[in-house]
Amino acid sequence: MVGNAEVAGLLERVLASSSSPQTEVLYLGQDSALTRFATNYIHQNVREHDASLQVRVVDDGRVGVAATNRLDDGGIRDVVERAAAIAARSAPNVRAAVLPEPDGREHDPELGYVASTADAGAELRAEGARAVIAAGEANGLQSSGSFSTSVMTVGVANTHGIRAVHRSTRAALLTVMMDGFASGAASGYAQAGSTDVAEIDAEALGLEAARKGDEMRGAGELEPGEYEVILEEYAVAGLLEYLSYIGFSGLALEEGRSFMEPGKRVMGETVSIHDDGSDPSGLPSPIDFEGVVRQPVDLIANGVANAVVHDAATGARAETGSTGHALPAPNLVGPMALNLFMDPGFTPRDELIAGVERGIWVTRFHYINPVHPKKAILTGMTKDGTFLIEHGRLTRPLLNFRFTQSVPEAFSDVRAASRETKLVPGEFFGAARCPALHLGSFNFTGVTASEGGA
Amino acid sequence: MNELIERALDAAERGGAGYTEVRVAERETEQLTVKNGALEAATSNVSAGFGIRVLVNGAWGFSSSRSLEPAEADRVAGEALEIARASALAQKGPVELDDSPPVTDTYRTPHDEDPFAVSLDDKLRVLMEADAGMARVSGIAIRESNLSFGRERKTFASSAGSRIEQEIVEAGGGIEATAVNDSEMQQRSYPNSFGGQVVTGGYEAVRHLDLAEHAQETAEMAVALLDAPQCPSGEMDLILDSTQVALQVHESCGHPTELDRVFGTEASFAGTSFLTTDKLGHLRYGSEHVHIDADATAPGGLGTFGYDDEGVAAQNVPLIEGGMLVGYLTSRETAPRIGRRSMGSARAWSWSHIPLIRMTNINLRPGDAGSLEDLIADTRDGIFMSQNKSWSIDDRRLNFQFGDQAGWIIKNGKRTQLVRNPTYTGITPQFWGSLDAICGPEEWTLWGLPNCGKGEPMQVGHVGHGAAPARFRNVKVGVGRW
Repeated sequence: MVGNAEVAGLLERVLASSSSPQTEVLYLGQDSALTRFATNYIHQNVREHDASLQVRVVDDGRVGVAATNRLDDGGIRDVVERAAAIAARSAPNVRAAVLPEPDGREHDPELGYVASTADAGAELRAEGARAVIAAGEANGLQSSGSFSTSVMTVGVANTHGIRAVHRSTRAALLTVMMDGFASGAASGYAQAGSTDVAEIDAEALGLEAARKGDEMRGAGELEPGEYEVILEEYAVAGLLEYLSYIGFSGLALEEGRSFMEPGKRVMGETVSIHDDGSDPSGLPSPIDFEGVVRQPVDLIANGVANAVVHDAATGARAETGSTGHALPAPNLVGPMALNLFMDPGFTPRDELIAGVERGIWVTRFHYINPVHPKKAILTGMTKDGTFLIEHGRLTRPLLNFRFTQSVPEAFSDVRAASRETKLVPGEFFGAARCPALHLGSFNFTGVTASEGGA
Repeated sequence: MNELIERALDAAERGGAGYTEVRVAERETEQLTVKNGALEAATSNVSAGFGIRVLVNGAWGFSSSRSLEPAEADRVAGEALEIARASALAQKGPVELDDSPPVTDTYRTPHDEDPFAVSLDDKLRVLMEADAGMARVSGIAIRESNLSFGRERKTFASSAGSRIEQEIVEAGGGIEATAVNDSEMQQRSYPNSFGGQVVTGGYEAVRHLDLAEHAQETAEMAVALLDAPQCPSGEMDLILDSTQVALQVHESCGHPTELDRVFGTEASFAGTSFLTTDKLGHLRYGSEHVHIDADATAPGGLGTFGYDDEGVAAQNVPLIEGGMLVGYLTSRETAPRIGRRSMGSARAWSWSHIPLIRMTNINLRPGDAGSLEDLIADTRDGIFMSQNKSWSIDDRRLNFQFGDQAGWIIKNGKRTQLVRNPTYTGITPQFWGSLDAICGPEEWTLWGLPNCGKGEPMQVGHVGHGAAPARFRNVKVGVGRW
């Protein structure tokens, strides 16, 4: 594993080898391991050591980007030459030719780095898998899941004076427990993430998933339609991840693709969502991929669309400057909020259900995708714990529903939010810390009642 | 490289591995995007490294490194062995592989024109001309034209004696126009959404696309969609264009026939499958018109190669025959469990990933319904949908919902009103059971799909789907509140 000082030295070597007027170097280092289990045994167990250099050169508005994972002198020379060659033959594009400048703010270069996570071995992960499997077996359930530990290093230097290196660790454990693969089979779920592997309580996660799986036995059908819902934190985090992807980006706003209209009420007044890459209660990433320190950004403030996130290019065009949310260049997706926080409410989590006369309890969603980004209409399936709520209590497990729902519309009727929050690592990127929610209405548009045959 | 491979094999064997695979790979990519008349992205990436997968007492271990120094082979092999021993702490039984024979061979993607030898100037000219074509249409907020190229050189070696060298070359591109107003965002793409068309082959594939020729009509359609009425809701006959049929095949046939999903080993992420092995040879998956093959030998397919990443030769095998389930996508580990030998679909995204069961080219054979216009003329009332913009399917691959870029109402055999935001939903076997017509070979295209995600850590898969427009009866369309 390469230390921060060594990364800083490498970045200087790359900058020194470039003769372009402006150069940016991004180092991405990854030392990751993942133990995967299914049907009660470990079936995949992998480790990866990789590091890459990405060079962006700007010459009179012409931009070229090249990347390599060869870090020796020959590799450095080659990647710098390829980036310069592309820039030399490119057409000028002032929109993309923006490298950030230092803003004087500093970051903790090891915020979220825990040595025991970095040192975690295959045996530790296997023991975690065994604990989960044991909890499932005690309830007659088959466990699948993954236990991962990783060290990520991000380093950036540019000719404007940006110098930033940060490394952090991640540990994540998730499990799905099932009693078969047929329609109506029981299934339960649990997930946890932390910078510190010692905080991952495999046994507790196993018990959570096993309890849910046990309660899901004998799931039955319910007519789809509009229902009040309790969304567990896993479900809320899934929706937030997609809101970030389609709506919280400065580029999406600039291009008219976002549901965000600054200053306009888009959700209920109890809803506040912000992004903060330096909050240690999340999975911190205090610098972005342009080396800018991430600013906290209030995205939704008391239901009002307040701000979006920016990288150097969108920040320059919006005349706000970068908020420190760049992805690696060149970036067609735009900036991204990766460290989401939704404000908690005042209701103890266990008491949320008491406010529901008739509704549906959703543990998590599966395969969410945007149907209409500008209206933030998403579709997806419920999974691993869907129940009917009657008179303030769970009365029976349900077959999974498909939903098709505008999220801002759903978040406009938040009846209650739990006062506790949970950190949920993103399915594809980032993480969200959020409460469980009681929503007044959610549109379920289909149900998987029977597979049948053709 | 040979020294590294031999050293890795030797170190693994000395450390107690009963079976070892070594893959050394280098992937080059080039991606160019012109957006609103300017070169928005131009990248050249190279990634190289090697991975070692070992079986120790029937338990898997894998490790990988970007360092190609021969001495690194000893360290990585040791790490793979250590991981395999940890896997044995939660082992059900020893992994047993099929008896696929070792192979010594080479394979290279046939192509006429090396895409990496074509000048950047020529490529930019293609993109700028396409952009200019879209710019002729007023009302377009975002114009994007892209080209992408890839080349992977990889060597596979196993302790059983295989030595295989391959070079896979890919090329493709597309254009997309986006029109926006206060409440709507509408897109139209050519020749397909999500990056266009990508194939295994050379730069000749880009010339064949003729992006500029289709630019203006693509932009005009995006603008027209802004003011089109919303897709109606209800049950009606549905005709899908070949791009959407291709994605339907991908999600509802390709994924559920992956035998690792069937056995539950993807349950925690991608999901499982309703096509359990008790249904093999018995389940009516679709109507008698439905014949679907997994063909890794199809010329130009994005899922075409010489050998998979377990060293098994590319093959063409049926999955659905006359509507009946007859086959699966398999690996050397899973195939013996249904009494078969691997059909060669274990593929790894890179040197740092293990092979998983991935699609190759999953192709719906063409039918006899003639051209698309013939099929529309044969449809009294219904809706025609074209080019995907949204997809979702449940973990068992039964309950799906797709949204397309454009729809047209069919009245008395004629394509009439354009509608926006068309969606449809269904349950896989019922949906394929409702198929009653497929257009002929002249409408059949082998589409490349370069963004298939699976596995933990997530791997990207490059796969292909051959399809022609097809008609499905009584499908629920226009889902949700608008």
